[in-house]
Amino acid sequence: MNKQRKAVALISGGLDSMLAAKTVMDQGVHVEGINFFTGFCVEGHTHAIRAKAKAKPKRNNALWVAEQLGIKLHIVDVIDEYKDVLINPKHGYGANMNPCLDCKIFMVNKAKQWIAENGFDFIITGEVIGQRPMSQRRDTMPVIARESGADDLLLRPLCAKYLPPTVPEREGWVDRDKLHDFSGRSRKPQMELVKQYGISDYAQPAGGCCFLTDPNYSAKLVDLWQARDNNREYELDDIMLLKVGRHIRPAANFKLIVAREEGEGRFLEGYRKEYISLFSLSHSGPLVLLDGTPSAEDLHLAAAITARFGQGRNAESVEVTITQKDGSERRLRSSLSPAPTFRRRGIYEPGRVKRQAFVMSAAGDSYAG
Amino acid sequence: MLNARRLLCPLPVIRTQDKIKQLQPGDRLEVVATDPGVMQDIPAWCRIHGHTVLESREHEGEFIIVLQVGG
Repeated sequence: MNKQRKAVALISGGLDSMLAAKTVMDQGVHVEGINFFTGFCVEGHTHAIRAKAKAKPKRNNALWVAEQLGIKLHIVDVIDEYKDVLINPKHGYGANMNPCLDCKIFMVNKAKQWIAENGFDFIITGEVIGQRPMSQRRDTMPVIARESGADDLLLRPLCAKYLPPTVPEREGWVDRDKLHDFSGRSRKPQMELVKQYGISDYAQPAGGCCFLTDPNYSAKLVDLWQARDNNREYELDDIMLLKVGRHIRPAANFKLIVAREEGEGRFLEGYRKEYISLFSLSHSGPLVLLDGTPSAEDLHLAAAITARFGQGRNAESVEVTITQKDGSERRLRSSLSPAPTFRRRGIYEPGRVKRQAFVMSAAGDSYAG
Repeated sequence: MLNARRLLCPLPVIRTQDKIKQLQPGDRLEVVATDPGVMQDIPAWCRIHGHTVLESREHEGEFIIVLQVGG
């Protein structure tokens, strides 16, 4: 009796990886899923933070796909190792701060290590030639196989017929004739396969699965690095906070993170021992975190901005509490009148804060004012 | 008890997964988290790995899941 072969499938939660795994499972191969958490994954985050999403809990699509397929899913924390991929991408960035090609090489390499440690035979991905401008091109697919070290243990079932036969095909572990010849950005072949498999529900992430492909998120990441004298090191909290709130940089030496709603406010509460925080005492308003080294004058501006985002935006004056990291508090009364230096910089309009001048656009921010 | 407070999904799932590797079938694990996503994600992860959720509840803004390790 032939030994049942085992493959690990990179499961993103999207349709292609689901179909790729299913294609190989249907040939009698034992498949398990693997999903890498870089810290930049869109899956599962903002919906958890933002209160408005609470009424409709969002599933983790990678887990959901695994459950639909009836396979195990191993979620691997690669936050620390991924830093080098983002900071020093050998193949550069895409349209934003997305190092897609290096990312794919990294993940396939991790999968290669995983199959060696767990006694699996080969790796499956849902890549389709021509579907992505950076990582899924005819010329970059061999680069991924080679530089990841997976070589011909890497099977792409959805476009295998356009690629040289891999070990699983040559050894007869899978039948190449039953693999596919999908290419390009059309989703028609995938839709046909969906029908064939009787799949009724699947995720269609509109902007991809990674925050780094988002221009607004990327801009905030670059701003973070620039504010730290171009030191690109980061911690998980840094990149999580970029997903939350309005980010406003009134000056090079400090920025403000303004909660946009209750859920974000609760999330930011957890950081009050690590950042200076502000909130309006006299009127209801959002919690604001201050990142940086503000002068006394800067704190007045921060208080004015905090007041501007609360219910006291039209009041003559607003009392704002400023809490230092050590818990010590002081109160400032903000009249929202512009300080001369800031007026000179063009940040203020007479009598009111010019919000758009401050706000670095927030990723997916439907609340940006 | 596994303290997964302040972690956003999927990190509580990853920490649960890593903790369970150190446990034996039949052992129980209580996970305490602040991300409401755990109420969906941890039971889903348990179902595909053959573990059983014995209890899940919200208490004062925290989400508590008690599970039993499968065989």
